[in-house]
Amino acid sequence: MNPRRIGGDLSIVAHGYLRNPVALFFSLIFPVILILLFGLIFASTGATTVTLYAQDFDHSSTSVAFLRALNETHLVQVQVVGASVGNLSTYLGQNGDSAGLVIPQGFGQNFTAHRPVKVILYTNPQDAASAGAAAGALQGVISAFNLEAACGGNSSGNCTPIIGASSLNVGSPTYSYIDYLVPGLIGFSILTSPMFSMVDVTASYRQDGLFRQLSLTPLTRGEWLASRFIWYTMLTFASAALMLVIGSAIFGAHVTFGIWLVPFLIVGPLFFVSLGMLAGTVSRTPETAAVVGNVITFPMMFLAGTFFPVSSFSPGLQLVAKALPLYYVIDGMNQVLLFNNIPRAIGDLTVVLIGAVIVFGLAIYFFKWRDE
Amino acid sequence: MANAIEVRGLVKRYDALAAVDGIDFDVPEGSVFAFLGPNGAGKTTTTEMLEGLRRRTSGDIRVLGLDPWTDGRELHRQIGVIPQEFHFFAKVTPKEAIAYYGRLFDKQPDPDALLDQVQLTDKADSRFDTLSGGQKQKLGLALSLVDEPRVCFLDEPTTGLDPHARRAIWNVVRDLRRDGRTVFLTTHYLEEAELLADQVAIINHGRIVAHGTPQEIIETYGGPERLRVQGSSELAEYVRQRLGIPVRFESGRLEIALREKGDALRILSAIDASGFPWTGFATERDTLEEVFVHLVGQMDEGVLKSAAPTVEGTP
Repeated sequence: MNPRRIGGDLSIVAHGYLRNPVALFFSLIFPVILILLFGLIFASTGATTVTLYAQDFDHSSTSVAFLRALNETHLVQVQVVGASVGNLSTYLGQNGDSAGLVIPQGFGQNFTAHRPVKVILYTNPQDAASAGAAAGALQGVISAFNLEAACGGNSSGNCTPIIGASSLNVGSPTYSYIDYLVPGLIGFSILTSPMFSMVDVTASYRQDGLFRQLSLTPLTRGEWLASRFIWYTMLTFASAALMLVIGSAIFGAHVTFGIWLVPFLIVGPLFFVSLGMLAGTVSRTPETAAVVGNVITFPMMFLAGTFFPVSSFSPGLQLVAKALPLYYVIDGMNQVLLFNNIPRAIGDLTVVLIGAVIVFGLAIYFFKWRDE
Repeated sequence: MANAIEVRGLVKRYDALAAVDGIDFDVPEGSVFAFLGPNGAGKTTTTEMLEGLRRRTSGDIRVLGLDPWTDGRELHRQIGVIPQEFHFFAKVTPKEAIAYYGRLFDKQPDPDALLDQVQLTDKADSRFDTLSGGQKQKLGLALSLVDEPRVCFLDEPTTGLDPHARRAIWNVVRDLRRDGRTVFLTTHYLEEAELLADQVAIINHGRIVAHGTPQEIIETYGGPERLRVQGSSELAEYVRQRLGIPVRFESGRLEIALREKGDALRILSAIDASGFPWTGFATERDTLEEVFVHLVGQMDEGVLKSAAPTVEGTP
């Protein structure tokens, strides 16, 4: 690897890119348009709605009022299930549902008598998005009930909380659609910029004989790929900065930058630069390459949690999402930016990194400068 | 003089088809070698094997003493290549392209001088995708010179160029030769080969059918020198009977083959003495193009079943 040659090639890529309005539009402007568009459309609907399955063993007016209050947050949609379903946790697991609430018997009596009482919140740790929404809604309603009952609506008094929740393991504020959209659209950039461009470039450069020409220079295949990788990583950083700034400044997204975001902004482009090159290499013509690229890119664009949280998908579709590499990029960034769940982010990063190494190896193996 | 290129028994097969079928030739250092042949004859396949872009089936190639396939990286620092259709990054200007190649080859080229040499100065800051076909070829030529190559492979460098641009490229080839560089040129323009090349090889169906200086090839494979005179059919008949030699008459022009130098004087004396009116005369012989058409045509008609004897010689 010769840095001078990589730098030279990088400057050529940059010139080509910066002078290509279409490429620039799709890399930087299009995601901005999407965040503005989706942000505005969903701003009026407020937060994401998560179905919360509630088992009410109390059947008192208080428990009914409690569930109604949860519904009115619009963060969760309460779906009451009877005692006949048995253990709620098992029921949720069997049905692929992510959030459930159990209101114990005596909830109303204890609440009226100002005796501490606990509700149980079940969340799926694999679906932090739903868990965050359910926990946020529950916390809000509990606070309101406690405030009303214990302090008579006067927060300045000496109030003792009555209702507690036993499994609020995600201590986050309410999550709105825009919160998920920020990492989702960073993932969109990580996917689309390198994929669309690399597939086309690899196939058309081969057809035009440009690779053969480059093979007559000291530039190596590795250096060529390195300059592309550096360029798309730079684009990804620019896009991520735009998304974070616009998401936070315009739509008030609850995203917190964490240093663990950085590896995703590096490993993500590495994966998709390699995948784009591989798709372009194994396709015979640029036209075939475009089809192959679209077949890979479009399902991932919509199913990996780019525009909507995967938790809002049906269980079958969630399984499909989890088979897509972009899912782990976006889920990892969700963990970093929204939930501060670094161990899970590292797990996601490991999946992406292993995938990137494999795809990079395959791309280098199949990609040839000249005719063997 | 040492050879810049040596080719022995070179074969390239694609399944049963022999695209190149056992060819041998040498290119002396500092000379211009023109490699001619009809489409599909094996020119580009041979050229690409010499450049190290295509693996040979058998035989041996040495370019500057190196095997182009196995020693490609070392060789590519000493050769310049302009392919048949030169492509480059669409949004990059010729000036930037030269700077880019400079960085790749670790050289400090003077973009202005190189662009001036190929007469592309006025397009120095135009993007590649706005250049005409000829201008793109000129840029390809300029880039092939960035690494100050010892051997230049120019694959049909003037195809599609206007006469002015073609002459500019010819001048570059002459400059290269003057600087002691070797030029391996493939071209469709036979007069180009005749004008520029020290040696010519004609390939057809993967085999070399003629090899030597342009003059040697014309003398060996072309027809005899001819005398042409403007006159009437009566004059043609008169010469036929008076001298007892064949005379071709067509469109007011007599054409008589000359077997020896003195023939021309004898025939002109007879014509002058005939009393028939006649005007301008000239002697001429086959051009390389005519020889080429003749040779390739013979081969295609099956007249030349095996490789023709080559004419060895140096300019």
